[in-house]
Amino acid sequence: MTPAAAPEKYALRLYVAGQTPKAARAFANLRTICEEHLAGRYSIEVIDLIENPALGRGDQILALPTLVRKLPTPIKKIIGDLSNTERVLVGLDLRPRPRRAVA
Amino acid sequence: MTGKNRKRRSFGNTQIDKAPTGIQGLDDITHGGLPAGRPTLVSGGPGAGKTLFGVSFLVEGAQRFHEPGVLLTFEENAEDLAQDVRSLGYDLDKLCAERKLLVDYIHVDRSEIEETGEYDLEGLFVRLDHAINQIGAKRVMLDTIETLFGGLQDTGVLRAELRRLFRWLRDRKMTTIVTAERGEQLFTRQGLEEYITDAVISLDHRVHEQISTRRIRIVKYRGSTHGTNEYPFLIDRDGITVLPVTSLLLEHEAPDERVSSGLPALDAMLGGKGFYRASTVLMSGTPGTGKTTMSAHFVNAACARGEKCLYFLFEESPQQMIRNMASAGIDLKPWVDKGLLVFHAERPNRHGLETHLLEVHHACEANEPDIVVMDPITNLMAVGTQIDVRAMLTRVIDYLKTRGITAMFTSLTTPSQSIEQTEAMISSLMDTWILVAVDTIDRKRTRNLYVLKSRGMPHSDEVRPFRFTPHGIELLPGAGTARPAKRPARSAAGRRR
Repeated sequence: MTPAAAPEKYALRLYVAGQTPKAARAFANLRTICEEHLAGRYSIEVIDLIENPALGRGDQILALPTLVRKLPTPIKKIIGDLSNTERVLVGLDLRPRPRRAVA
Repeated sequence: MTGKNRKRRSFGNTQIDKAPTGIQGLDDITHGGLPAGRPTLVSGGPGAGKTLFGVSFLVEGAQRFHEPGVLLTFEENAEDLAQDVRSLGYDLDKLCAERKLLVDYIHVDRSEIEETGEYDLEGLFVRLDHAINQIGAKRVMLDTIETLFGGLQDTGVLRAELRRLFRWLRDRKMTTIVTAERGEQLFTRQGLEEYITDAVISLDHRVHEQISTRRIRIVKYRGSTHGTNEYPFLIDRDGITVLPVTSLLLEHEAPDERVSSGLPALDAMLGGKGFYRASTVLMSGTPGTGKTTMSAHFVNAACARGEKCLYFLFEESPQQMIRNMASAGIDLKPWVDKGLLVFHAERPNRHGLETHLLEVHHACEANEPDIVVMDPITNLMAVGTQIDVRAMLTRVIDYLKTRGITAMFTSLTTPSQSIEQTEAMISSLMDTWILVAVDTIDRKRTRNLYVLKSRGMPHSDEVRPFRFTPHGIELLPGAGTARPAKRPARSAAGRRR
Protein backbone atom coordinates (compact mmCIF):
# COMPACT_ATOMS: atom_id res chain seq x y z
CA MET A 1 0.00 0.00 0.00
CA THR A 2 1.26 3.40 -0.87
CA PRO A 3 0.30 5.79 1.88
CA ALA A 4 0.63 9.08 0.12
CA ALA A 5 -1.17 8.07 -3.08
CA ALA A 6 -4.97 7.92 -3.18
CA PRO A 7 -6.72 9.38 -0.16
CA GLU A 8 -8.64 6.80 1.85
CA LYS A 9 -12.31 6.20 1.19
CA TYR A 10 -14.60 6.55 4.14
CA ALA A 11 -17.52 4.14 4.38
CA LEU A 12 -19.83 5.39 7.09
CA ARG A 13 -22.95 3.91 8.48
CA LEU A 14 -25.42 5.79 10.60
CA TYR A 15 -27.78 3.78 12.74
CA VAL A 16 -31.03 5.41 13.79
CA ALA A 17 -34.44 4.29 14.98
CA GLY A 18 -37.19 6.08 13.12
CA GLN A 19 -37.32 9.71 12.07
CA THR A 20 -36.58 11.27 15.42
CA PRO A 21 -35.26 14.79 15.84
CA LYS A 22 -32.06 13.31 17.21
CA ALA A 23 -31.66 11.16 14.11
CA ALA A 24 -32.27 14.10 11.80
CA ARG A 25 -29.79 16.19 13.73
CA ALA A 26 -27.17 13.50 13.61
CA PHE A 27 -27.57 13.06 9.87
CA ALA A 28 -27.37 16.81 9.22
CA ASN A 29 -24.29 17.15 11.41
CA LEU A 30 -22.64 14.21 9.69
CA ARG A 31 -23.29 15.62 6.20
CA THR A 32 -21.78 18.94 7.16
CA ILE A 33 -18.66 17.38 8.66
CA CYS A 34 -18.14 15.03 5.72
CA GLU A 35 -18.57 17.77 3.13
CA GLU A 36 -16.05 19.85 4.90
CA HIS A 37 -13.40 17.21 5.67
CA LEU A 38 -14.03 14.26 3.39
CA ALA A 39 -15.49 15.82 0.26
CA GLY A 40 -15.66 13.33 -2.58
CA ARG A 41 -14.34 10.38 -0.63
CA TYR A 42 -17.11 9.29 1.67
CA SER A 43 -20.33 7.36 1.56
CA ILE A 44 -23.09 7.38 4.16
CA GLU A 45 -25.50 4.53 4.62
CA VAL A 46 -28.38 5.21 6.97
CA ILE A 47 -29.87 2.16 8.67
CA ASP A 48 -33.19 2.47 10.41
CA LEU A 49 -33.38 -0.25 13.03
CA ILE A 50 -37.13 0.09 13.27
CA GLU A 51 -37.27 -1.27 9.72
CA ASN A 52 -34.33 -3.65 10.02
CA PRO A 53 -33.95 -4.60 13.66
CA ALA A 54 -31.75 -7.58 12.84
CA LEU A 55 -29.00 -5.31 11.52
CA GLY A 56 -28.28 -3.93 14.96
CA ARG A 57 -26.62 -7.12 16.00
CA GLY A 58 -23.72 -7.07 13.58
CA ASP A 59 -22.30 -3.75 14.66
CA GLN A 60 -23.24 -4.23 18.32
CA ILE A 61 -25.56 -1.27 18.32
CA LEU A 62 -26.84 -0.21 21.68
CA ALA A 63 -27.04 3.54 21.84
CA LEU A 64 -28.69 5.58 19.10
CA PRO A 65 -27.78 7.34 17.00
CA THR A 66 -24.53 5.48 16.37
CA LEU A 67 -22.11 6.30 13.61
CA VAL A 68 -19.91 3.43 12.55
CA ARG A 69 -16.82 3.94 10.45
CA LYS A 70 -16.66 0.70 8.46
CA LEU A 71 -13.75 1.87 6.35
CA PRO A 72 -10.96 2.55 6.77
CA THR A 73 -10.42 -0.12 9.35
CA PRO A 74 -10.35 -0.46 12.30
CA ILE A 75 -14.02 0.05 12.94
CA LYS A 76 -14.82 3.13 14.97
CA LYS A 77 -18.02 4.01 16.74
CA ILE A 78 -19.35 7.39 17.67
CA ILE A 79 -22.57 7.68 19.59
CA GLY A 80 -24.79 10.72 19.96
CA ASP A 81 -26.20 13.34 17.66
CA LEU A 82 -22.70 14.30 16.47
CA SER A 83 -23.18 17.87 17.66
CA ASN A 84 -19.61 18.18 18.86
CA THR A 85 -17.65 18.40 15.62
CA GLU A 86 -14.24 18.21 17.27
CA ARG A 87 -15.09 14.94 18.94
CA VAL A 88 -16.52 13.50 15.75
CA LEU A 89 -13.30 14.32 13.95
CA VAL A 90 -11.31 12.70 16.72
CA GLY A 91 -13.61 9.71 16.63
CA LEU A 92 -13.12 9.35 12.88
CA ASP A 93 -9.36 9.68 13.27
CA LEU A 94 -9.39 12.81 11.19
CA ARG A 95 -7.80 14.66 14.02
CA PRO A 96 -5.41 13.37 16.66
CA ARG A 97 -6.66 12.95 20.18
CA PRO A 98 -6.42 16.23 22.10
CA ARG A 99 -4.02 14.94 24.74
CA ARG A 100 -1.46 13.87 22.20
CA ALA A 101 -1.21 17.01 20.15
CA VAL A 102 -2.98 20.24 19.51
CA ALA A 103 -4.22 20.81 16.00
CA MET B 1 -49.06 -21.96 64.50
CA THR B 2 -49.97 -24.78 62.22
CA GLY B 3 -53.30 -23.23 61.36
CA LYS B 4 -51.78 -19.86 60.75
CA ASN B 5 -49.20 -21.31 58.48
CA ARG B 6 -51.80 -23.09 56.42
CA LYS B 7 -53.83 -19.98 56.05
CA ARG B 8 -50.88 -18.11 54.67
CA ARG B 9 -50.27 -20.84 52.20
CA SER B 10 -53.76 -20.71 50.85
CA PHE B 11 -53.48 -16.97 50.52
CA GLY B 12 -50.52 -17.72 48.32
CA ASN B 13 -52.82 -18.94 45.60
CA THR B 14 -54.75 -15.73 45.36
CA GLN B 15 -51.67 -13.56 45.25
CA ILE B 16 -50.17 -12.06 42.13
CA ASP B 17 -49.47 -14.28 39.15
CA LYS B 18 -46.26 -16.21 39.40
CA ALA B 19 -43.92 -17.73 36.89
CA PRO B 20 -42.45 -20.99 38.18
CA THR B 21 -38.68 -21.05 37.97
CA GLY B 22 -38.49 -24.82 37.83
CA ILE B 23 -35.55 -24.53 40.21
CA GLN B 24 -36.04 -27.21 42.81
CA GLY B 25 -37.03 -25.72 46.11
CA LEU B 26 -37.15 -22.10 44.99
CA ASP B 27 -40.76 -22.33 43.92
CA ASP B 28 -41.55 -23.60 47.41
CA ILE B 29 -40.02 -20.67 49.24
CA THR B 30 -41.51 -18.14 46.83
CA HIS B 31 -44.85 -19.96 46.97
CA GLY B 32 -45.00 -20.42 43.25
CA GLY B 33 -42.14 -18.67 41.51
CA LEU B 34 -41.11 -15.18 40.46
CA PRO B 35 -43.59 -12.39 39.82
CA ALA B 36 -44.97 -13.07 36.35
CA GLY B 37 -44.52 -10.30 33.84
CA ARG B 38 -42.26 -8.28 36.10
CA PRO B 39 -38.56 -7.89 36.66
CA THR B 40 -36.74 -9.59 39.51
CA LEU B 41 -33.33 -8.43 40.63
CA VAL B 42 -30.82 -11.14 41.45
CA SER B 43 -27.78 -9.79 43.22
CA GLY B 44 -24.66 -11.47 44.48
CA GLY B 45 -20.90 -11.31 44.60
CA PRO B 46 -18.62 -12.81 41.96
CA GLY B 47 -19.15 -16.54 41.65
CA ALA B 48 -22.39 -16.47 43.61
CA GLY B 49 -24.21 -18.25 40.80
CA LYS B 50 -26.21 -15.36 39.35
CA THR B 51 -25.77 -16.26 35.72
CA LEU B 52 -26.52 -19.89 36.30
CA PHE B 53 -29.56 -18.94 38.30
CA GLY B 54 -30.91 -16.86 35.45
CA VAL B 55 -30.04 -19.42 32.81
CA SER B 56 -31.83 -22.12 34.82
CA PHE B 57 -34.87 -19.90 34.93
CA LEU B 58 -34.81 -19.48 31.15
CA VAL B 59 -34.04 -23.08 30.32
CA GLU B 60 -36.64 -24.51 32.70
CA GLY B 61 -39.14 -21.99 31.37
CA ALA B 62 -38.46 -23.03 27.80
CA GLN B 63 -38.40 -26.75 28.48
CA ARG B 64 -41.12 -27.22 31.05
CA PHE B 65 -43.44 -24.26 30.97
CA HIS B 66 -43.55 -23.45 27.25
CA GLU B 67 -42.23 -19.99 27.87
CA PRO B 68 -39.44 -19.14 25.45
CA GLY B 69 -36.73 -16.88 26.76
CA VAL B 70 -34.29 -14.25 25.61
CA LEU B 71 -30.88 -14.07 27.19
CA LEU B 72 -29.22 -10.74 26.70
CA THR B 73 -25.72 -11.03 28.00
CA PHE B 74 -23.31 -8.18 28.51
CA GLU B 75 -20.70 -10.43 30.01
CA GLU B 76 -19.43 -13.38 28.12
CA ASN B 77 -19.96 -14.23 24.55
CA ALA B 78 -22.58 -16.76 23.64
CA GLU B 79 -20.17 -19.64 22.99
CA ASP B 80 -18.50 -19.35 26.38
CA LEU B 81 -21.84 -19.24 28.07
CA ALA B 82 -23.15 -22.32 26.29
CA GLN B 83 -19.98 -24.11 27.32
CA ASP B 84 -20.33 -23.10 30.94
CA VAL B 85 -23.87 -24.30 31.36
CA ARG B 86 -23.38 -27.51 29.41
CA SER B 87 -21.63 -29.05 32.40
CA LEU B 88 -24.92 -28.67 34.23
CA GLY B 89 -26.85 -30.52 31.61
CA TYR B 90 -28.22 -27.52 29.73
CA ASP B 91 -27.94 -27.57 25.97
CA LEU B 92 -28.38 -23.97 24.92
CA ASP B 93 -27.56 -24.65 21.27
CA LYS B 94 -30.35 -27.14 21.01
CA LEU B 95 -32.85 -24.81 22.64
CA CYS B 96 -31.75 -22.02 20.33
CA ALA B 97 -32.19 -24.28 17.31
CA GLU B 98 -35.69 -25.10 18.51
CA ARG B 99 -36.42 -21.39 18.82
CA LYS B 100 -37.14 -21.74 22.52
CA LEU B 101 -34.21 -19.61 23.47
CA LEU B 102 -32.39 -16.70 21.92
CA VAL B 103 -29.02 -15.55 23.12
CA ASP B 104 -27.85 -12.08 22.16
CA TYR B 105 -24.46 -10.84 23.15
CA ILE B 106 -23.94 -7.15 23.68
CA HIS B 107 -20.41 -5.99 23.85
CA VAL B 108 -19.58 -2.51 24.99
CA ASP B 109 -16.04 -1.28 24.97
CA ARG B 110 -15.56 2.24 26.17
CA SER B 111 -12.26 2.56 24.38
CA GLU B 112 -13.75 2.13 20.96
CA ILE B 113 -16.69 4.42 21.46
CA GLU B 114 -16.62 8.17 21.19
CA GLU B 115 -19.55 10.06 22.69
CA THR B 116 -20.68 13.26 21.15
CA GLY B 117 -24.00 14.86 21.88
CA GLU B 118 -27.31 13.42 22.83
CA TYR B 119 -28.13 9.76 22.58
CA ASP B 120 -30.38 7.16 24.07
CA LEU B 121 -30.38 3.36 24.31
CA GLU B 122 -33.07 2.83 21.75
CA GLY B 123 -30.75 0.36 20.00
CA LEU B 124 -30.95 -1.90 23.03
CA PHE B 125 -34.73 -1.66 23.06
CA VAL B 126 -34.95 -2.42 19.35
CA ARG B 127 -32.72 -5.44 19.65
CA LEU B 128 -34.50 -6.78 22.68
CA ASP B 129 -37.87 -6.19 21.10
CA HIS B 130 -36.74 -7.95 17.96
CA ALA B 131 -35.41 -10.90 19.93
CA ILE B 132 -38.63 -11.19 21.92
CA ASN B 133 -40.74 -11.11 18.78
CA GLN B 134 -38.60 -13.64 16.96
CA ILE B 135 -39.36 -16.46 19.38
CA GLY B 136 -42.44 -15.18 21.15
CA ALA B 137 -40.53 -14.85 24.40
CA LYS B 138 -42.19 -14.68 27.78
CA ARG B 139 -39.00 -14.56 29.80
CA VAL B 140 -35.97 -12.32 29.62
CA MET B 141 -32.66 -12.32 31.37
CA LEU B 142 -30.29 -9.34 31.41
CA ASP B 143 -26.83 -10.44 32.52
CA THR B 144 -25.24 -8.14 33.82
CA ILE B 145 -26.67 -4.87 32.68
CA GLU B 146 -24.53 -2.87 35.08
CA THR B 147 -21.64 -3.55 32.75
CA LEU B 148 -23.03 -0.66 30.72
CA PHE B 149 -21.88 1.71 33.42
CA GLY B 150 -18.36 0.80 32.46
CA GLY B 151 -19.02 1.28 28.76
CA LEU B 152 -20.88 4.56 28.63
CA GLN B 153 -19.84 7.85 30.11
CA ASP B 154 -23.17 9.55 30.47
CA THR B 155 -24.59 7.84 33.54
CA GLY B 156 -27.50 10.26 33.63
CA VAL B 157 -28.72 8.99 30.27
CA LEU B 158 -27.97 5.44 31.30
CA ARG B 159 -30.01 5.62 34.48
CA ALA B 160 -32.95 7.22 32.76
CA GLU B 161 -32.79 4.58 30.03
CA LEU B 162 -32.59 1.70 32.47
CA ARG B 163 -35.61 3.01 34.29
CA ARG B 164 -37.39 3.17 30.95
CA LEU B 165 -36.19 -0.34 30.08
CA PHE B 166 -37.59 -1.94 33.22
CA ARG B 167 -40.88 -0.11 32.71
CA TRP B 168 -40.94 -1.26 29.12
CA LEU B 169 -40.30 -4.88 30.14
CA ARG B 170 -43.14 -4.62 32.62
CA ASP B 171 -45.43 -3.22 29.94
CA ARG B 172 -44.46 -6.07 27.65
CA LYS B 173 -45.27 -8.46 30.51
CA MET B 174 -41.89 -10.10 30.40
CA THR B 175 -40.91 -12.12 33.44
CA THR B 176 -37.38 -10.81 33.72
CA ILE B 177 -34.30 -11.62 35.72
CA VAL B 178 -31.80 -8.81 36.03
CA THR B 179 -28.50 -9.87 37.52
CA ALA B 180 -26.27 -7.43 39.33
CA GLU B 181 -23.04 -7.42 41.22
CA ARG B 182 -23.45 -6.83 44.92
CA GLY B 183 -22.33 -3.38 46.03
CA GLU B 184 -20.59 -2.46 49.20
CA GLN B 185 -23.59 -1.01 50.89
CA LEU B 186 -26.37 -1.48 48.41
CA PHE B 187 -27.61 -4.70 46.96
CA THR B 188 -26.11 -3.68 43.65
CA ARG B 189 -23.22 -1.46 42.74
CA GLN B 190 -25.34 0.96 40.80
CA GLY B 191 -28.35 0.88 43.05
CA LEU B 192 -30.56 -0.94 40.57
CA GLU B 193 -32.82 -1.97 43.43
CA GLU B 194 -34.18 1.54 43.16
CA TYR B 195 -35.66 0.68 39.77
CA ILE B 196 -36.63 -2.91 40.34
CA THR B 197 -38.97 -3.01 43.22
CA ASP B 198 -41.02 -6.10 42.54
CA ALA B 199 -38.67 -8.74 43.82
CA VAL B 200 -35.09 -8.88 44.97
CA ILE B 201 -33.17 -12.10 45.51
CA SER B 202 -29.75 -12.24 47.05
CA LEU B 203 -27.26 -15.00 46.37
CA ASP B 204 -24.28 -15.60 48.55
CA HIS B 205 -21.28 -17.85 48.44
CA ARG B 206 -19.28 -18.01 51.62
CA VAL B 207 -16.53 -20.18 52.91
CA HIS B 208 -16.36 -21.00 56.57
CA GLU B 209 -13.58 -23.19 57.89
CA GLN B 210 -12.74 -24.23 54.36
CA ILE B 211 -16.23 -25.44 53.66
CA SER B 212 -18.20 -23.51 51.13
CA THR B 213 -21.88 -22.94 51.32
CA ARG B 214 -24.15 -21.17 48.89
CA ARG B 215 -27.17 -19.40 50.25
CA ILE B 216 -30.17 -17.70 48.77
CA ARG B 217 -32.50 -15.19 50.35
CA ILE B 218 -35.65 -13.55 49.12
CA VAL B 219 -35.00 -10.00 50.21
CA LYS B 220 -38.20 -8.59 48.88
CA TYR B 221 -41.23 -9.82 47.07
CA ARG B 222 -43.93 -7.25 46.56
CA GLY B 223 -47.45 -8.57 46.77
CA SER B 224 -46.50 -11.99 47.99
CA THR B 225 -45.56 -13.81 51.11
CA HIS B 226 -42.32 -15.70 50.93
CA GLY B 227 -39.86 -17.56 53.06
CA THR B 228 -37.56 -15.03 54.70
CA ASN B 229 -34.73 -17.23 55.83
CA GLU B 230 -31.46 -17.81 54.14
CA TYR B 231 -31.72 -21.12 52.37
CA PRO B 232 -28.77 -23.20 51.31
CA PHE B 233 -28.57 -24.06 47.66
CA LEU B 234 -26.39 -26.28 45.59
CA ILE B 235 -25.08 -26.12 42.07
CA ASP B 236 -24.25 -29.51 40.69
CA ARG B 237 -24.76 -31.65 37.62
CA ASP B 238 -28.52 -31.39 38.12
CA GLY B 239 -28.44 -27.61 38.06
CA ILE B 240 -29.56 -25.52 41.00
CA THR B 241 -31.37 -26.95 43.98
CA VAL B 242 -32.62 -24.76 46.78
CA LEU B 243 -33.22 -26.43 50.04
CA PRO B 244 -36.34 -25.27 51.78
CA VAL B 245 -36.24 -25.50 55.54
CA THR B 246 -37.86 -28.25 57.36
CA SER B 247 -41.50 -28.11 56.74
CA LEU B 248 -42.41 -26.76 60.11
CA LEU B 249 -45.60 -28.71 60.21
CA LEU B 250 -45.29 -32.06 61.86
CA GLU B 251 -47.63 -33.89 59.60
CA HIS B 252 -45.93 -37.10 58.59
CA GLU B 253 -47.93 -40.22 58.30
CA ALA B 254 -47.38 -42.62 61.19
CA PRO B 255 -47.82 -46.08 59.74
CA ASP B 256 -48.60 -49.02 62.00
CA GLU B 257 -46.56 -51.28 59.80
CA ARG B 258 -43.49 -52.77 61.39
CA VAL B 259 -40.07 -53.43 59.96
CA SER B 260 -37.77 -56.12 61.24
CA SER B 261 -34.43 -55.08 62.67
CA GLY B 262 -32.96 -58.12 60.96
CA LEU B 263 -32.37 -59.78 64.31
CA PRO B 264 -35.40 -61.76 65.53
CA ALA B 265 -34.19 -61.49 69.11
CA LEU B 266 -34.03 -57.71 68.84
CA ASP B 267 -37.44 -57.61 67.21
CA ALA B 268 -38.69 -59.54 70.21
CA MET B 269 -37.38 -56.78 72.46
CA LEU B 270 -39.28 -54.22 70.40
CA GLY B 271 -42.77 -55.45 71.14
CA GLY B 272 -42.08 -58.56 69.16
CA LYS B 273 -42.27 -56.89 65.77
CA GLY B 274 -39.33 -54.58 65.25
CA PHE B 275 -39.32 -50.89 64.33
CA TYR B 276 -42.19 -48.88 62.95
CA ARG B 277 -42.02 -48.16 59.26
CA ALA B 278 -40.95 -44.56 58.58
CA SER B 279 -39.50 -44.22 62.05
CA THR B 280 -35.95 -43.25 62.96
CA VAL B 281 -33.60 -45.47 64.85
CA LEU B 282 -30.45 -44.41 66.63
CA MET B 283 -27.84 -47.07 67.21
CA SER B 284 -25.17 -45.71 69.46
CA GLY B 285 -22.16 -47.12 71.19
CA THR B 286 -18.44 -46.97 71.75
CA PRO B 287 -16.03 -48.09 69.02
CA GLY B 288 -16.04 -51.76 68.07
CA THR B 289 -19.40 -52.58 69.57
CA GLY B 290 -20.99 -53.76 66.37
CA LYS B 291 -23.08 -50.79 65.33
CA THR B 292 -22.28 -51.21 61.67
CA THR B 293 -22.92 -54.94 61.88
CA MET B 294 -26.33 -54.22 63.40
CA SER B 295 -27.08 -51.90 60.50
CA ALA B 296 -25.92 -54.55 58.10
CA HIS B 297 -28.39 -57.02 59.61
CA PHE B 298 -31.12 -54.47 59.25
CA VAL B 299 -30.25 -53.80 55.61
CA ASN B 300 -29.73 -57.47 54.85
CA ALA B 301 -33.21 -58.35 56.07
CA ALA B 302 -34.76 -55.47 54.17
CA CYS B 303 -33.09 -56.51 50.92
CA ALA B 304 -34.21 -60.08 51.50
CA ARG B 305 -37.77 -58.75 51.61
CA GLY B 306 -37.10 -57.04 48.31
CA GLU B 307 -36.91 -53.53 49.75
CA LYS B 308 -34.49 -50.97 48.52
CA CYS B 309 -31.78 -49.67 50.83
CA LEU B 310 -29.59 -46.62 50.60
CA TYR B 311 -26.53 -46.73 52.81
CA PHE B 312 -24.52 -43.58 53.50
CA LEU B 313 -21.00 -44.36 54.57
CA PHE B 314 -19.00 -41.56 56.13
CA GLU B 315 -16.01 -43.61 57.21
CA GLU B 316 -15.47 -46.63 55.03
CA SER B 317 -15.56 -47.39 51.36
CA PRO B 318 -18.33 -49.68 50.13
CA GLN B 319 -15.76 -52.35 49.26
CA GLN B 320 -14.37 -52.25 52.76
CA MET B 321 -17.83 -52.45 54.25
CA ILE B 322 -18.81 -55.41 52.07
CA ARG B 323 -15.61 -57.25 52.92
CA ASN B 324 -15.92 -56.63 56.65
CA MET B 325 -19.53 -57.67 56.75
CA ALA B 326 -18.78 -60.81 54.74
CA SER B 327 -16.25 -61.77 57.39
CA ALA B 328 -18.91 -61.12 60.03
CA GLY B 329 -21.21 -63.51 58.20
CA ILE B 330 -23.42 -61.05 56.36
CA ASP B 331 -23.15 -61.19 52.59
CA LEU B 332 -24.24 -57.85 51.19
CA LYS B 333 -22.71 -58.22 47.74
CA PRO B 334 -25.69 -59.98 46.12
CA TRP B 335 -27.95 -57.09 47.15
CA VAL B 336 -25.56 -54.60 45.63
CA ASP B 337 -25.46 -56.65 42.44
CA LYS B 338 -29.24 -56.78 42.34
CA GLY B 339 -29.43 -53.05 42.84
CA LEU B 340 -31.34 -53.37 46.09
CA LEU B 341 -28.51 -51.95 48.13
CA VAL B 342 -26.89 -48.71 47.07
CA PHE B 343 -23.89 -47.31 48.87
CA HIS B 344 -23.12 -43.65 48.98
CA ALA B 345 -19.69 -43.17 50.46
CA GLU B 346 -18.24 -39.78 51.14
CA ARG B 347 -15.91 -38.08 53.55
CA PRO B 348 -18.03 -35.80 55.69
CA ASN B 349 -15.67 -32.88 55.41
CA ARG B 350 -15.82 -32.93 51.66
CA HIS B 351 -18.83 -30.67 51.80
CA GLY B 352 -20.71 -28.42 54.10
CA LEU B 353 -23.69 -29.78 55.94
CA GLU B 354 -26.13 -28.31 53.48
CA THR B 355 -24.46 -30.07 50.65
CA HIS B 356 -24.68 -33.33 52.54
CA LEU B 357 -28.32 -32.71 53.07
CA LEU B 358 -28.80 -32.10 49.38
CA GLU B 359 -26.87 -35.23 48.59
CA VAL B 360 -29.31 -37.11 50.75
CA HIS B 361 -32.18 -35.54 48.86
CA HIS B 362 -30.66 -36.30 45.49
CA ALA B 363 -29.73 -39.83 46.40
CA CYS B 364 -33.18 -40.52 47.79
CA GLU B 365 -34.84 -39.12 44.72
CA ALA B 366 -32.62 -41.13 42.43
CA ASN B 367 -32.96 -44.40 44.32
CA GLU B 368 -36.34 -44.21 46.03
CA PRO B 369 -35.23 -46.32 48.98
CA ASP B 370 -37.42 -47.92 51.64
CA ILE B 371 -34.58 -47.89 54.12
CA VAL B 372 -31.80 -45.37 54.68
CA VAL B 373 -28.78 -45.90 56.91
CA MET B 374 -26.29 -43.20 57.81
CA ASP B 375 -23.13 -44.56 59.32
CA PRO B 376 -21.92 -42.86 61.43
CA ILE B 377 -23.71 -39.54 61.81
CA THR B 378 -21.24 -38.51 64.47
CA ASN B 379 -18.70 -37.91 61.73
CA LEU B 380 -20.82 -35.07 60.50
CA MET B 381 -20.15 -33.28 63.75
CA ALA B 382 -16.73 -32.55 62.36
CA VAL B 383 -18.35 -30.44 59.69
CA GLY B 384 -20.51 -28.19 61.78
CA THR B 385 -21.40 -27.08 65.23
CA GLN B 386 -23.78 -29.17 67.28
CA ILE B 387 -26.60 -26.79 66.59
CA ASP B 388 -25.96 -26.97 62.85
CA VAL B 389 -25.75 -30.73 62.90
CA ARG B 390 -28.94 -30.99 64.83
CA ALA B 391 -30.68 -28.64 62.42
CA MET B 392 -29.41 -30.65 59.50
CA LEU B 393 -30.49 -33.94 61.01
CA THR B 394 -33.88 -32.49 61.78
CA ARG B 395 -34.22 -31.71 58.10
CA VAL B 396 -32.99 -35.11 57.04
CA ILE B 397 -35.34 -36.89 59.40
CA ASP B 398 -38.20 -34.71 58.38
CA TYR B 399 -37.53 -35.41 54.76
CA LEU B 400 -37.17 -39.17 55.26
CA LYS B 401 -40.34 -39.38 57.29
CA THR B 402 -42.28 -37.46 54.70
CA ARG B 403 -41.15 -39.99 52.17
CA GLY B 404 -42.06 -42.90 54.44
CA ILE B 405 -38.47 -44.06 54.68
CA THR B 406 -37.30 -45.99 57.73
CA ALA B 407 -33.94 -44.66 58.84
CA MET B 408 -31.15 -45.96 60.99
CA PHE B 409 -28.36 -43.73 62.22
CA THR B 410 -25.31 -45.03 63.94
CA SER B 411 -23.57 -42.84 66.43
CA LEU B 412 -20.14 -43.26 67.85
CA THR B 413 -19.63 -42.38 71.48
CA THR B 414 -16.20 -42.14 72.96
CA PRO B 415 -15.71 -44.36 75.99
CA SER B 416 -14.89 -41.48 78.30
CA GLN B 417 -17.95 -39.46 77.42
CA SER B 418 -21.30 -39.87 78.97
CA ILE B 419 -23.68 -40.97 76.30
CA GLU B 420 -26.26 -38.35 77.11
CA GLN B 421 -23.74 -35.65 76.60
CA THR B 422 -22.95 -36.73 73.10
CA GLU B 423 -26.41 -37.46 72.02
CA ALA B 424 -28.78 -35.41 74.06
CA MET B 425 -29.15 -33.12 71.11
CA ILE B 426 -30.04 -35.75 68.57
CA SER B 427 -31.68 -38.47 70.62
CA SER B 428 -34.89 -36.50 70.98
CA LEU B 429 -35.27 -36.66 67.22
CA MET B 430 -35.19 -40.43 67.29
CA ASP B 431 -38.11 -42.75 67.74
CA THR B 432 -36.06 -45.72 68.85
CA TRP B 433 -32.71 -45.60 70.59
CA ILE B 434 -30.65 -48.72 70.90
CA LEU B 435 -27.46 -48.72 72.84
CA VAL B 436 -24.58 -51.09 72.49
CA ALA B 437 -21.82 -51.11 75.06
CA VAL B 438 -18.84 -53.15 76.02
CA ASP B 439 -18.25 -54.16 79.59
CA THR B 440 -15.26 -55.95 80.90
CA ILE B 441 -16.29 -58.80 83.10
CA ASP B 442 -13.77 -61.27 84.47
CA ARG B 443 -11.15 -59.93 82.12
CA LYS B 444 -13.37 -60.60 79.20
CA ARG B 445 -15.09 -58.00 77.09
CA THR B 446 -18.81 -58.54 76.88
CA ARG B 447 -20.98 -56.72 74.42
CA ASN B 448 -24.39 -55.71 75.64
CA LEU B 449 -27.37 -54.23 73.96
CA TYR B 450 -30.45 -52.56 75.32
CA VAL B 451 -33.34 -50.51 74.09
CA LEU B 452 -33.16 -47.13 75.73
CA LYS B 453 -36.40 -45.95 74.26
CA SER B 454 -38.84 -46.88 71.58
CA ARG B 455 -41.79 -44.63 71.08
CA GLY B 456 -45.24 -46.09 70.67
CA MET B 457 -44.51 -49.68 71.58
CA PRO B 458 -43.90 -51.76 74.65
CA HIS B 459 -40.23 -52.60 74.69
CA SER B 460 -37.94 -54.75 76.73
CA ASP B 461 -36.00 -53.35 79.67
CA GLU B 462 -33.51 -56.14 79.43
CA VAL B 463 -29.82 -55.74 78.89
CA ARG B 464 -28.90 -58.43 76.46
CA PRO B 465 -25.40 -59.64 75.90
CA PHE B 466 -24.57 -60.52 72.34
CA ARG B 467 -21.71 -62.01 70.43
CA PHE B 468 -20.39 -62.20 66.93
CA THR B 469 -20.81 -65.55 65.24
CA PRO B 470 -19.84 -66.67 61.74
CA HIS B 471 -23.45 -65.87 60.87
CA GLY B 472 -23.59 -62.43 62.27
CA ILE B 473 -24.72 -61.15 65.61
CA GLU B 474 -26.41 -63.43 68.06
CA LEU B 475 -28.25 -62.14 71.11
CA LEU B 476 -27.84 -64.21 74.22
CA PRO B 477 -30.44 -64.65 76.89
CA GLY B 478 -30.21 -61.75 79.27
CA ALA B 479 -32.51 -62.17 82.23
CA GLY B 480 -31.50 -65.73 83.02
CA THR B 481 -27.85 -65.12 83.57
CA ALA B 482 -27.47 -62.96 86.58
CA ARG B 483 -24.02 -61.59 86.02
CA PRO B 484 -24.20 -59.87 82.66
CA ALA B 485 -27.56 -58.45 83.54
CA LYS B 486 -26.34 -56.97 86.77
CA ARG B 487 -23.11 -55.43 85.69
CA PRO B 488 -24.31 -53.61 82.62
CA ALA B 489 -27.36 -52.53 84.54
CA ARG B 490 -25.08 -50.53 86.75
CA SER B 491 -23.47 -48.81 83.88
CA ALA B 492 -26.81 -48.28 82.26
CA ALA B 493 -28.25 -46.76 85.41
CA GLY B 494 -25.71 -44.01 85.30
CA ARG B 495 -26.65 -43.20 81.76
CA ARG B 496 -30.33 -43.40 81.99
CA ARG B 497 -32.29 -40.38 81.03
